[in-house]
Amino acid sequence: MSTATTNTSGAAAPGNRKAPAGERVADWADGRLGIYSLAKANMRKIFPDHWSFMLGEIALYSFIIIILTGVYLTLFFHPSMNEVVYHGSYEPMQGIRMSEAYASTLDISFDVRGGLLVRQIHHWAALIFLAGMFVHMMRVFFTGAFRKPREINWLFGFLLFVLGMFTGFTGYSLPDDLLSGTGVRFTQGAILSMPIVGTYISMFLFGGEFPGGDFVARFYSIHILLLPGIMLGLLVAHLILVFYHKHTQFAGPGRTNKNVVGMPLLPVYMAKAGGFFFLVFGVIAVIAAIASINPIWAIGPYRPDQVSTGAQPDWYMGFAEGLIRVMPGWEINLWGHTLVLGVFIPLMAFGLVLAIIAVYPFVESWVTGDKREHHILDRPRNAPTRTAFGVAWITEYVIVFIGGGNDLWATHFHLSLNAISWFVRIFIFVGPVVAFIVTKRICLGLQRRDKEKVLHGRESGIIKRLPHGEFVEIHEPLGPEQLHTLTAHEQYKPVEIGPTVDENGVERKVPAMQKLRAKLSKGYFGEHNQIEKPTVEEYKEITSGHGHH
Amino acid sequence: MKKLSARRRHPLAAVVVLLLALAATGGLYAAFAPASKAQADDTAQSLAIDEGKKLYSVGCASCHGTGGQGTTDGPSLVGVGSAAVDFQVGTGRMPAQQPGAQVPKKKVIYTQAEIDQLAAYVASLGAGPIVPTKDQVSPDGADIAKGGELFRTNCAQCHNFTGEGGALTKGKYAPSLEDVDPKHVYEAMQTGPQNMPSFPDTTMPEQQKRDIIAYIKTVNSAESETPGGLKLGGLGPVSEGLFAWIFGLGALIAVAVWVAAHTAKAKKS
Repeated sequence: MSTATTNTSGAAAPGNRKAPAGERVADWADGRLGIYSLAKANMRKIFPDHWSFMLGEIALYSFIIIILTGVYLTLFFHPSMNEVVYHGSYEPMQGIRMSEAYASTLDISFDVRGGLLVRQIHHWAALIFLAGMFVHMMRVFFTGAFRKPREINWLFGFLLFVLGMFTGFTGYSLPDDLLSGTGVRFTQGAILSMPIVGTYISMFLFGGEFPGGDFVARFYSIHILLLPGIMLGLLVAHLILVFYHKHTQFAGPGRTNKNVVGMPLLPVYMAKAGGFFFLVFGVIAVIAAIASINPIWAIGPYRPDQVSTGAQPDWYMGFAEGLIRVMPGWEINLWGHTLVLGVFIPLMAFGLVLAIIAVYPFVESWVTGDKREHHILDRPRNAPTRTAFGVAWITEYVIVFIGGGNDLWATHFHLSLNAISWFVRIFIFVGPVVAFIVTKRICLGLQRRDKEKVLHGRESGIIKRLPHGEFVEIHEPLGPEQLHTLTAHEQYKPVEIGPTVDENGVERKVPAMQKLRAKLSKGYFGEHNQIEKPTVEEYKEITSGHGHH
Repeated sequence: MKKLSARRRHPLAAVVVLLLALAATGGLYAAFAPASKAQADDTAQSLAIDEGKKLYSVGCASCHGTGGQGTTDGPSLVGVGSAAVDFQVGTGRMPAQQPGAQVPKKKVIYTQAEIDQLAAYVASLGAGPIVPTKDQVSPDGADIAKGGELFRTNCAQCHNFTGEGGALTKGKYAPSLEDVDPKHVYEAMQTGPQNMPSFPDTTMPEQQKRDIIAYIKTVNSAESETPGGLKLGGLGPVSEGLFAWIFGLGALIAVAVWVAAHTAKAKKS
């Protein structure tokens, strides 16, 4: 850093020869920003290569695209609920009364140059942003990348997802069209269902009775300033932590918990990531140019007395929609007050399902009691209980999702709406359990297969006939690299409570939490919950020829 | 009066009074009776009713009864009018294939002439909404924007924002209005087929029906424009979400796999 700087200037001085312009600029910047030390520390930062490590990048780049296109949209959008009469270029809306927000969205779509394309890129990028975060989160979950030291970063990521949902929702509400107005009304209903505070929050949020004349302007501040601001901060923190922790990697020869095998940030990853950004932008732009999204001109302006069938939120809120749609309309009337369980329970369930996935890393580290750092990823099969839990969670999510689109399932598959609701009501409870059991069995089966491969080699597909007529398939032993990869994972032993009675026959009190932990631990790592990986002795015994099958 | 009273016992007096009375009633009847449609038996109308009745006894009577009085399998057709027949048979819904939650639209098996004959017969059972004329259903000169507003107020809650259709309870549904003949849209509003409420002229005047027809034609027909590109079924966020996941994220993951597979063969430094 500083030595390099003095050296170059020292070398340049005697010959009275000026350093190249680029170097001078870099020197100038270093003197003020200290970029040399930053570059030295980070330029050679190594990143491992795997396609699934790029899922987060998809989310990151779509977020950047959303910000870029969003800025353009703010130039033309009027966040106002003043009533105007439309006289723009879209004929089927001529002379209709609407809010200025809706009218300006029509103008963006039909009268602003590039407006419709930018609007569509913005909206498609939002859907892909959330989808990207979702699959990224699932990648982190199923590979155990959330383990120490990355639990905080998992929470940052989770918060980004939740904030992304609400940023998306507020954005969806801004055009003040019939669909978004219905969505806002839905949200207001959910707020009202909260006991005691519901009505106050609603009155505060909408500045009076729904819809009032304020919510578009308020949602606008939330959508373009408050939430994206927080998200940007979290995103930077998320990325700083990725740098600080270094990236995780899959097990393989030469890869340990203490190194990272891959390519340096500069130049390889800079080029790759930069190129990937443009690929993401390109794909989203192509989609936005091909397919229409949220055609507000066909939907019409919001009026509280109108509603349409097929009014759904964007996909990331479909989960909340599904919970409400399948919930029976229960309510309790007490002393002149109504507790609308039909809405309140779904509201709570919505928070609960999200919270469960957020706290999972802490539950798992409590069960394992493992305080070490983990930089080598798990293959999902080698953590059967975690994988089964994740699949159960996704199953729950998907089943509720079906409920959110129950009307389209009904019309497109010629089913009864009521039957779908009942299917969801039952499988909301049964589905995750079945998924858990099935996934765990599959994981254990795959572990057995790995063990088989390590001990007996790969099936070659060559059938040999022995002299006495028996047919056998020849197994080829695996190479050392594969053997390492298949046996690199470590396996926990279940936690033991120890004897509950001491040597004198006096009963020892075991705290309930400890009992629970031992039970969970047994469920994770007990006898039938993981397949013990082959030991060196087993391998040697079989390969020495004694145990050949 | 003398003359009259003198002759009132004349043997022919009763005949004269009777004749006068008959002439008076006959004349009054002729003067006040409605211009009867039943007067001529050989008109085209009557022939159509006869033909319609024959078609009816073959195709409809098994459910609706021999005289259109209805049975346990089908409702009475007295008073449904020719518009209902033109809609139900003209869209292929009737004759129904099988009982079910709702009778679907299918291939039309009668010619328009036969449908008119059936309609004439059913109309003869009792007065009801009649088939509209071409001018009545023409979208020309109608107010599309007003039609849109009326559509969103009266129709969208079942048929979706732009008439793509939607689900009702227990397997019933509001069908898609894409490219439906304006005449049939008009008749459906007029008669309220199956689960649909009816919108007679007293609640929705003819002009408003034409506005709605013009709106549907603008937003949901072969000639409607989709400025944003593919309309993805016009079903809103569900199809958009599916598209984003499958084609958006799907394409991006494929790109990611491709980028990751083409790693730099950098020299070890």
